[in-house]
Amino acid sequence: MNERRAAWTFVAPALVVIGGLFLVPVAAAFVLSLTDFDLYALANLDNLRFVWLGNYIDILKTPLFWKSLGNTLYFVAVGVPLSIAVSLAAALLLDSKLARFKGAFRTALFAPVVTTVVAVAVIWRYLLHTRYGLINFTLVKLGIAPIDWLGDPHWSMPAIILFAVWKNFGYNMIILLAALQGIPPDLYEAAHIDGASLWQRLRHITLPMLRPALLLVAIITVSGYFQLFAEPYVMTQGNPLQSTVSVLYFMYDEGFTWWSLGRASAIAFLLFLLILAATTLLLRWGRREDAA
Amino acid sequence: MIGTSRWQTVLVNGALVLFAFFALFPLLWMLSVSFMHPGEASTLPPPLLPHDPTFANYRELFERAGMGRYLLNSFLVACAITLLSLVFNLAAGYAFAKLRFAGRDRVFQTLLAALVIPAQVAMIPLFLIMKWLHLVNTYGGVIVPAMATVFGIFLVRQYARSIPDELLEAARIDGAGEWRIFGMIVLPLLKPIVVTLAIFTFLASWNDFMWPLIVLSDEAWQTAPVALAALSREHVQDNELMMAGSVVTILPVLALFLALQRYYLEGLLLGSVKG
Repeated sequence: MNERRAAWTFVAPALVVIGGLFLVPVAAAFVLSLTDFDLYALANLDNLRFVWLGNYIDILKTPLFWKSLGNTLYFVAVGVPLSIAVSLAAALLLDSKLARFKGAFRTALFAPVVTTVVAVAVIWRYLLHTRYGLINFTLVKLGIAPIDWLGDPHWSMPAIILFAVWKNFGYNMIILLAALQGIPPDLYEAAHIDGASLWQRLRHITLPMLRPALLLVAIITVSGYFQLFAEPYVMTQGNPLQSTVSVLYFMYDEGFTWWSLGRASAIAFLLFLLILAATTLLLRWGRREDAA
Repeated sequence: MIGTSRWQTVLVNGALVLFAFFALFPLLWMLSVSFMHPGEASTLPPPLLPHDPTFANYRELFERAGMGRYLLNSFLVACAITLLSLVFNLAAGYAFAKLRFAGRDRVFQTLLAALVIPAQVAMIPLFLIMKWLHLVNTYGGVIVPAMATVFGIFLVRQYARSIPDELLEAARIDGAGEWRIFGMIVLPLLKPIVVTLAIFTFLASWNDFMWPLIVLSDEAWQTAPVALAALSREHVQDNELMMAGSVVTILPVLALFLALQRYYLEGLLLGSVKG
């Protein structure tokens, strides 16, 4: 009896914070998304009106929403596979018996993950500078025409993807490395005796054994990449020609530049549904493959 | 046969060196440019090392741009969040793992389910709540919502489950109260996870951008990343100054990570098992 009462004193503070400042706001966001909450309502709540699905219909009719959705999907569709491929390559190298100084290499490859997004985005903006950036300088040395990375709407998103891959690959690398180290060595030994090539071992042992870890990494990365915001905020401010406006950037602008908090809440909910749909599909697909 | 294996060794290690070069080059270059004279980096060919190293950018950064204040803001906010969330998450995580109470599993399942909701969904009403509480443009606006996290509770619970029940029962029979047991017996056992959670939380709060950007519009209270983003929009041409700004923003977290990386990586693995 005493233990029960005491237990609530342990969990209550955390539950009040999470409930009051996360779960209640999430529910409130839904209610807010059904209203025309704006600057006038912020000043006086009497100006608040329910518009029901009005915000959602309005947003679906806004060209910039579709543009931001397209940009975000582009970032996810190209960025996620590329990030995971690089993470996997790095993890395989670190797991190799031939690798030296594993600890030092692991630390070096992981370092970008712990850096501050805003600060490294500032560095990359400069590395990608059309005239003085080292990336274009190297391209020209190699005989390739310089690219207007952050000024050309065709190249702005690839530039941000490149940056995101550099910044994030270390995270998944650590998860995949742990999974690689969990594969029983006798599987490889048996394959070696059977004369399997490196490629065959990778395809028939490593990748199948990594499946659960790859699924996990895919889900984490997809839901993270849908939340693209700081990179375009610092590197391009959504430009050129709105080619790097992400859904979250659009939400931020609607909410905190124009103070259309009702509309912004509706955008946040649409993004949530999108992430939920994408991760659920991934999970389903992963489970079905497991069953097959 | 020995020949091919030597080749493979060179190949694997060469590829790792290349990877490490790409990972570290932007950071090393940032450090180098931060010591260059204004305008020096905007020449062709781009210089790799400063011609005549100077601290001018750092001086300008602290004397004119007020970076000291922003770093202090970041430091105070990150420390407060780390300390408070440790207390809240440790107590709750331990209770969810070891204490019996009605509805325990249902409440915990609800918390886990909430992990699928992106934080940004809550941000707009949270802003209104913070405004109502008069916490906009104060440290509290950033600290209060971060005082407890589902991730932290989950991490502690996973770890605390390995504490043997007999140990707690014995203490109860001796007449110790629950909070006394928590302080005297449980906390010392949870020490590794305390370090892990502390470094995780500190790094996350130091690096956080979107929420501080929203709730701290007043310059005096801005954290380093928010101020740096504003500076970088103003000083598009001042590359050397901006690199110095990036150095002072990144250095504290990078140093902390290097000092305690074992705990950090452990937490990363423990936390991602949740999927």
